[in-house]
Amino acid sequence: MKQTEFLNLVLPFKDKLFRLSKRLLVSTEEAEDATQEVLLKLWSKNSKMKEYKNVEAFAMTMTKNFCLDRLKSKQASNLKLVHSNYGDDTNSLQKNIEAKDSVNWVEIIMDELPEQQKMVLQLRDIEQYTFEEIEELLDMKPTAIRVALSRARKTVREKLTQKHNYGIA
Amino acid sequence: MELHNIEKLLEKYFEATATVAEEETLRTYFSQDNVAKHLETYKPMFQYFSTAKEEQFTKKLPLKANKNYGKWISVAAVAAIVFSLYFGNLYQEKQAEQEEAQYAYNQTKKALDLLAQNFSKGTRKVAYLNQFEQTKQKLYKKK
Repeated sequence: MKQTEFLNLVLPFKDKLFRLSKRLLVSTEEAEDATQEVLLKLWSKNSKMKEYKNVEAFAMTMTKNFCLDRLKSKQASNLKLVHSNYGDDTNSLQKNIEAKDSVNWVEIIMDELPEQQKMVLQLRDIEQYTFEEIEELLDMKPTAIRVALSRARKTVREKLTQKHNYGIA
Repeated sequence: MELHNIEKLLEKYFEATATVAEEETLRTYFSQDNVAKHLETYKPMFQYFSTAKEEQFTKKLPLKANKNYGKWISVAAVAAIVFSLYFGNLYQEKQAEQEEAQYAYNQTKKALDLLAQNFSKGTRKVAYLNQFEQTKQKLYKKK
């Protein structure tokens, strides 16, 4: 497969890979590195590419596994992920309560979710994958997906109303 | 969109039983400005989902083919070195051989020249014999 062919194949979903890895790794730089790594891995497998029926699903699963490994190794080595992305947002949140800041709150709330719920919510509500696709991507049972999704959504709602009721604590 | 309908969809949404299309309806409802007061809490949630989808991967991919080249360049270099050493040696050997041959040729030529010289000396001496023969013939004729 030629380089341009590969890029065209990857183009429609590379942003999805990036957003999923950012959801899991939080830091933009980490996510960029992860996405790059996954795409390069994919490129190195490029001769076998035609055997995969769904390259996008395959790449998403690769991203998921890569990021989870990454998180595991970070935890094992007792290193915290460096993320400076939303540090400023918290500051501005303390100053003014605007609708825009509540939107940022959703991101922070999502960061607090367990990884599996994070992924399900990301894939469903942001990327709008169907349940069948999510089953394949995350290798989960349909009921487990529904439970995780429902919990994730309810947690976001709960924390969001809390923030609204108490203001910004 | 009927408010009652939206509420129903929201309920389904939180039970994770809504379809992709129904969720899309919710997203469009919450993306507009006049959202019912008691539902306003959900607005940032859906808004966030929409904005989060716009984030893009902008980093360049270092897909240059030289990733594969690297390996082969060293192989090619080694091959070239071995090749040149082998043929260089062969060439040198050939040259030495040629020199040797030239030397042998010169020596042989010298030897043959010497031989030829001696031969011609011999023929000159044999010429005297001819003289002898002639005088002998003369003597016979007079007889």
